[in-house]
Amino acid sequence: MDLRYTPEQEAFRKQARAWLEANVPAEPLPSFDVAEGFEAHRAWEKKLHAGGYAMVPWPVEYGGRGADLLEWLIFEEEYYRAGAPGRVNQNGIFLLGPTIMEVGTPEQKARFLPKMASSEEVWAQGWSEPNAGSDMANIQSTALRDGDVYVINGQKTWASRGAYAHWLFGLFRTEPGSDRHRGLSFILTPLDLPGISVRPIQKINGKAAFAEVFFDDVRVPVENLLGDEGAGWNVAMATAGFERGLMLRSPARFQSTAWRLVELYRETLERGAPVAPGMRERVARCWMDAEAYALNTYQTVTRLLAGGRIGAEASLNKIFWSELDIEMHEAALELLGPGAELAREPWLDGYVFALSGPIYAGTNQIQRNIIAERLLGLPRK
Amino acid sequence: MDFGFSEDQLLLQQTVRDFLAGECTPEWVRAQWQTGTGRSPEFWRKLAEIGVPGLIVPEAFGGLGMDDVDLVLILEEVGRVALAEPVLSTAVGAALLASLSEARVAGEWLPKVAAGDARLAVGHEQSPFVADAHVADLLLLPAGAGLHAVPREAVRLEPQASNDGAQRLFRVTFDATPSTRIAERDEARELRDAALDRGALGCAAQALGVADQLVKLAADYAIQREQFGVPIGSFQAVKHMLADVMVKIEYARSHVYRSAHSIAQRTPARAVDVSMAKLAACEAALCAGRTSLQVHGAIGYTYEQDVHVWMKRAWSLDLAFGDSVFHRARLCAGVIDRATPAESFGYSPPGT
Repeated sequence: MDLRYTPEQEAFRKQARAWLEANVPAEPLPSFDVAEGFEAHRAWEKKLHAGGYAMVPWPVEYGGRGADLLEWLIFEEEYYRAGAPGRVNQNGIFLLGPTIMEVGTPEQKARFLPKMASSEEVWAQGWSEPNAGSDMANIQSTALRDGDVYVINGQKTWASRGAYAHWLFGLFRTEPGSDRHRGLSFILTPLDLPGISVRPIQKINGKAAFAEVFFDDVRVPVENLLGDEGAGWNVAMATAGFERGLMLRSPARFQSTAWRLVELYRETLERGAPVAPGMRERVARCWMDAEAYALNTYQTVTRLLAGGRIGAEASLNKIFWSELDIEMHEAALELLGPGAELAREPWLDGYVFALSGPIYAGTNQIQRNIIAERLLGLPRK
Repeated sequence: MDFGFSEDQLLLQQTVRDFLAGECTPEWVRAQWQTGTGRSPEFWRKLAEIGVPGLIVPEAFGGLGMDDVDLVLILEEVGRVALAEPVLSTAVGAALLASLSEARVAGEWLPKVAAGDARLAVGHEQSPFVADAHVADLLLLPAGAGLHAVPREAVRLEPQASNDGAQRLFRVTFDATPSTRIAERDEARELRDAALDRGALGCAAQALGVADQLVKLAADYAIQREQFGVPIGSFQAVKHMLADVMVKIEYARSHVYRSAHSIAQRTPARAVDVSMAKLAACEAALCAGRTSLQVHGAIGYTYEQDVHVWMKRAWSLDLAFGDSVFHRARLCAGVIDRATPAESFGYSPPGT
């Protein structure tokens, strides 16, 4: 155990900090869930990519920097420290990308990863269906083989970024009559093919953060199958592992929020506004939990670098960061007092986003089932 | 950057775990509650044979010369089996003696500690009680601005019956003299602070083991106990309670391991790191106790069932070496009043 950074890691931090300081937009970009903001975020991604920072842990040939996961965490720390924009292509770069890296063919890596890294192609996630939410194994959409294409029929919903994205990855039933987790395949499809219609869905702030996607005899080439036919569930679980922790929700995001909360508490005291007894400890506790999440992630990265894999313990992460995120924002809103309801308040925006945390990527109740069954061995039925 | 343990460290932990699983059974733990001292010199000898008391005694004094990172893994195992022998106080005392600027007392006592021939007790300002003072061959006690090393024959003990049958607490009085004094003023302050931090870390490590065991007891019971024709562990109400404890244990563990490193390396933020570890691990253990009790239902509320053996350990550990009020205050001072540098693991806020 040695928790010091190497001189090379410190040098990388410095370099990333300098680049971000020089390049991060001075004004926040409009939300990537509106058309104008979506394009503004793509332009930012293009700049990041040109600077070599779009996806630091990926190999250079795919648009990355060839760094390891520790440098990835360092980059994330600097990224949040700099207040840089959210990642519009997070479904691609954080979820699908690592999955393609694990199970994709060389052709698929070459075809998809570089355009993902540059956000020339932005990805939506297509897992849930009207009757397959928490019960994801109940997927009904089919992709039936017809020569060298799959013919897709059915409906996906809650497709994050679906309103503006170019591609979608999802699970489809490729074996007619198959049941539950069997007979599913992980397929990648452009969203502009004939037979596809996209209906944006507004989230509670009125912005089109996700979409319903309808498939009517959509013909997708068989090369777009990721992993083996019928093995889609396992491929998706690898993706979910990234979604529940390490990649999508790296710790710097919560550490930066925790520090902002400490600052907000101090400012509130300084301007003499009333502060509830107990708020001091509540704020410190948030900071402590954000720290725990960072520490835990460094442990995970140490394990992964030694050849380990992400398993069911990703469900512990998902519960911890999503509940922490809500707690930090609720503490902040309480500190803001009557101003907390003003639409311009960034903490309010953050709170609305945090509220989705315990729902997406598998609800926290599903995560608790996974923990009890897979980590403690309690019976499913 | 390497936030993991070496193969050797994990092997030693496994060795101690296997040894304790065989020797320190729940029946044996309960039997110790009934003995006069509650402590077993025979058991201490066996611990010495596998190197436990000398773990962090420097090699020059016959010990293994390991550090707090090694020690936490062993103390986790001590908690897992609810062992009440003075493993922690002896380690805290040994580290204190080894840090003295003047080597005479260390030279006299540390070889005995490493050989298993001497046990140590440690007093500090955060508690009016000293644990295991009755079996300690040497007591390390604060008085005024100084720090004193007093043999058992020279202290007066007033036993304080504890709620935890395993715990042996005493009020200790002694005559502080120049001959008992081993450090004064700044050095004494520093040694007393270090002892408190190391003790708190050790409690946190034990609390992890206690929490693990309480969850294991509950999961084992939930798998075999049937109601409504199915194992109660198949009910989501039961699963979700236990899952919440698992989350607490997982993140407490990260704090504990990091603070072991902070103490071993004497990092500037170690006081806050240790307080976070103590708070997180004891909270996890207390929550594991309540949850385990609830999962067991009425049977868990009996004296015969083992839940209370570990639950009471959790209560004791929560109060030892600084209770949660003390550690929360230290956390707040460090983070909000910026008593420690405003930078955390990797992330430092803008403007610093």
